[in-house]
Formats: sequence, C-alpha cells, structure tokens
Amino acid sequence: MKTHNSIDERFEFAGNAKTISLVAIVIGVIAIAFGFIAGGDHVQRAYSNLLLMSYFFVGVCTAGVFFCAYQYVAQAGWSASFIRIPQAFAKVLPVASVILLLVITAGLLHTHKVIEHGKEEVVPYLYAHWATHGLVIPGSENFDPIIYGKRGFLNIPFFYTVLVLMLGSYSFFGLKMVKFSTDEDTTGGMSNYDKSFKYACIFLVIFGFTFPIFAFGVIMSLEAHWFSTMFGWYNLAAMHVSGLALIALIMIYVQKKGYFTWLHIDHLHSIGKMIFGFSIFWTYVWFAQFFLTWYANMPEESVYFYIRWEPEYKFWFWLNIVMNFLAPLLLLMSRDAKRVTNRMMWTCILLIAGHWLDYYLMVMPGTVKEHRGFGVEEIGIFLGFAGLFTFLVLNALAKFNSLVPKKHPFLQESLHHHI
Amino acid sequence: MSNTKFILGCFDDPDDMMKGIDNLQKASVPIYDIYTPMPIHGIEDKMGVKDSRLGYAAFCFGCLGATVIFSIVYYTLVHDWPMNIGGKPSFAIPNFVPFTFEWTILFTAFGMTFTYFAATHLFPGRAPRVMDLRATDDRFVIAVSAKGNVPHEDITNLLKDAGAVEVKHNERKYVSYE
Repeated sequence: MKTHNSIDERFEFAGNAKTISLVAIVIGVIAIAFGFIAGGDHVQRAYSNLLLMSYFFVGVCTAGVFFCAYQYVAQAGWSASFIRIPQAFAKVLPVASVILLLVITAGLLHTHKVIEHGKEEVVPYLYAHWATHGLVIPGSENFDPIIYGKRGFLNIPFFYTVLVLMLGSYSFFGLKMVKFSTDEDTTGGMSNYDKSFKYACIFLVIFGFTFPIFAFGVIMSLEAHWFSTMFGWYNLAAMHVSGLALIALIMIYVQKKGYFTWLHIDHLHSIGKMIFGFSIFWTYVWFAQFFLTWYANMPEESVYFYIRWEPEYKFWFWLNIVMNFLAPLLLLMSRDAKRVTNRMMWTCILLIAGHWLDYYLMVMPGTVKEHRGFGVEEIGIFLGFAGLFTFLVLNALAKFNSLVPKKHPFLQESLHHHI
Repeated sequence: MSNTKFILGCFDDPDDMMKGIDNLQKASVPIYDIYTPMPIHGIEDKMGVKDSRLGYAAFCFGCLGATVIFSIVYYTLVHDWPMNIGGKPSFAIPNFVPFTFEWTILFTAFGMTFTYFAATHLFPGRAPRVMDLRATDDRFVIAVSAKGNVPHEDITNLLKDAGAVEVKHNERKYVSYE
C-alpha cells in the first residue's frame, strides 16, 4: 500500500476516455441528424430525447452543486478529499443549462401540423399542450379552459424568465463554491471555507424552493392538464441518485487510472450508503405519487398513469421499479456489498440506465404517445450526452491545479475516513 | 497462587495503549477486552473483532414486522370481514404497502434497540457494571484475563513498558456503580 500521496497531483485527461467520449458525441450528433432527416415521428422522437437528455444532463450537474452545498452546510469532513469531482460537475452546469435552453427554444419554435380531434392544428414539437397558438385566447377554436386557468405559469415569457433565473442562480452558486475552494488552495485560512458555508446555505434555500418549479416547468408541463405536487420531489430524488451514481463512477474511474490514490474503500462505501438511501427515497416518493392517484381515482389525475398502463408502456413502467428500487435494494443492502468496487460500479451503471428509463417514462407518453420507440434516437442521443458529460467533466477535472483542496480544514478527517 | 482474576493496564494516552496492545500481542498474551472513553478508529481490526451481526438481526426483525402486519390485515380485511372501500378490490396490493413499510421499520427499530440492550446488559433498571470506573472518563484500559496467563509480573512489565500509568490486579471481574 502506498503511504505517501502527492496532493499536488493533477489529472491528465487523455487516452481512451477522451477518444471514446469524442466518438460518443459524434454518434449523438449523427443520431440527432438521423431523427431530423428521417422525418415523421422521428422528428418528435429526436426532440423528446433531446429534452430528456439535456434535462438529465442539467440534473446531474445540479446534483454536483447540491452535493457540494450540503457537504459544506453539514460541515462534513469525509468528502473533502474528493470534493473536486462534484465541483467539476458544477463547472459544467452552465454549459448544460445553455444546451437545455437551446433545446427548449428549438422545440418551441419548430412547429408541425397534426390532426387532433378531427381538425388540423399547428403545434410546436415541445410543450404542445400549452404552447400551441390559441389555447388561451377566449373564443378561439383551440381554446382550452384548463390551460387558460394555468396561463399565469404556463406562458412563454414567464417560463423563460423563471428558467433562466433558476439555471443562472444554480450555476452562479456552483461556480462560486468552486472558486472559493480553489482560492483556498493558495490563500489558506478559514475565510474561504466560511464563505462557502454561507453561499451553500443560501443556495440550498433557493434550490429547495425552486427545483420543484423547475421540474414542473420543464417536464411536468409536457402534459399540462395533469399536475402532481410530489413531482418536484420525485425529480429531485431521481436527479440526486443519478448524480451520486456518477460521482461514484468517476471516483472508480480515476482511481483505476491511478489518480486519487488517497481514496479508499470507505469513501466508496459512504457514497454507496447515500445511493442506497436515496434510491429508497426515490421509491417512497414515486409510490406516494402513484398511491394517492390510485386511491383517489379521479379521472383528471389517473389519466397520467392510465397512459403509462397502456401495452406500449406497461412493461417499462414495471421495469422502472425493478431497476431503481429492487436492484439497489438487493445489490447494495449489506455492508460488504458496498465495499466491492466492481459491484458498486455495475450498480451505478444500472441506476443511471434506470433513471434514464424513469425520465423516459415522464417525457415520452406526453410527447410521442403511442409512437414510442427504442432505437437510433434513444440510444444515440443518450450516448451523445454521456460522451459530452464525460468529456466536459473530465476536462474540468483536469483544469484543477490540484486534485485535492489542499487547505480544506477537514482534509485530514477525509484522508483518514474510516467506517 | 494469587486470587487475581484480571490484570488491568490503565493508560492516559490512546497511543500508549495501542503500544500496550502491540506489546501483549508480540508476547502472545491474549487480550480479554479494551475499554476506552471514546471510539478509537482501527482498533477493531487490530483486535480482530468480528463485524457486528446487528444488521442480520435488523433484517430478521424487519421481515417479522412485515409478516405480522400483512397477516393481520389480510385476515381482518380480506378473509374475515371484507369491506367495500371506495370500490377497490379487498386484496389490492397498493393498499398493503404503507402499513407493511411502517411495521417493518417499527419492528426493526425496536428489535435493534432490544437486541442492543440484551447484548450489552444495558436494559433499564440494571446498574451498569464496568471493569474500571475511570474507563468511562479519562483512562484507556486493557483487560487481560489472569487465569492461565502467567507469570503476572511479565504482563505487568509489558504494560508498564508501553506507558501504563497504573496496573491493577483485580480479584473481582467487575466493579459496579451500585
């Protein structure tokens, strides 16, 4: 065992990871192009998958900021030696936010003709349920009283303002916490840590209140007649589990490459406990949302689950529970299971696939409806965003002057983390 | 033959105590137990303490809780006296999830508490017994069983060499707070 670690070590982003992530980005671009050229339902599928993946991308990067923030607020010591990994997520968040905004803009501006209720309508590819022209104009033949009642929230200026404000503030706080941490390396002392603590507190308050609104706007409004107040927490749980799984995966990857030699199995074990715990929390919220709807059995609420119970979605609906609840429950329950690197790695990969499916079931029934597919667009765009994420995060990690916050007040506690 | 039952090496510094453990282990003297006022990382591995089995107990209690409430509700609301609640079928699985979940947690929590009390002899109403009163305050204590570990002088010297501030030869195993 190595007893001496170089804390000035830098991460070098090169080799296979770089090649593979760039190839994956190219595959993603080809898949998007294929969707648009193939025409018909493929365009709708391309837009839906773009929205799904850019939402996923923003979600995991926000989870990195969220992770940093609650570690600071809890004054947690154990995470200090690998906090650069979630900080790298935070550095990528502005890019992810811009991509999400671009996808949403394109989806709102790009319209097509559909036959609905026997008449032809021009609807945008995304958010057709509320952004179609005439839905909120009394007297128009498209007039929809339910959307009219929600027009205060579901209108384009408000939607954009809120989205830009929220993504901007998450990015701002993420970058600020990264900056304090890198400043700390050179100046030392407690002032930067204290500032991180303050910013983390403010971020958590803003984030806690606005993340549900973010989820309502970006995903829930795809089916604008339906609403669930649990949807925000359900999405928070999903993005948190996938963010933690990605932190664990990157930890495993950089260690296999010979970096972060000071991390040991206890760090992975601690992350494993969080992944396990938040998978159970995800199930709790998922079930609570389902159960109340099932019990009350009101048509305007149960329609959401009704369309997910149709033959084309039913199998995936059940697979969702198997992948995101049963799998982590059985694979990660015991102490020893969380202390086996490969088991952790495969469970994390499974959970990321699982939460992709989870988002798939949130997005697709409201956009592509019964023309569901699982092919070039789904796999290609997933690969594209996975490559983009890997490329940007590892690139951000390589830009840090040292892989460990050298003068973090709890660094020693983290280096000697033992459970 | 002395009446000494336990030899206690009392240290005022955990590092000295760790050295005491090393000294005894090098001399192949089995250690009965260690008492410290605060948790010391890595001491389980050094002493070869097996992993706690409390988790298995928790799992069994959880299964018991789930089974008990599932059986009760199944018997009362499905088998014995089915009722029409909101037009739902009597045996609808989603209904069974919340209370099964809750009783699993309830039985796990209580079961683990009682297991812990039983294993540590700490149940309410019982005066705790310790081998050295200051082990809960400012002394780090290594206990060595005196029976069969002779000569006692050698053990005393090993502990003294490591920096023990006091070595006790006790004729009773426990002192009591009573």
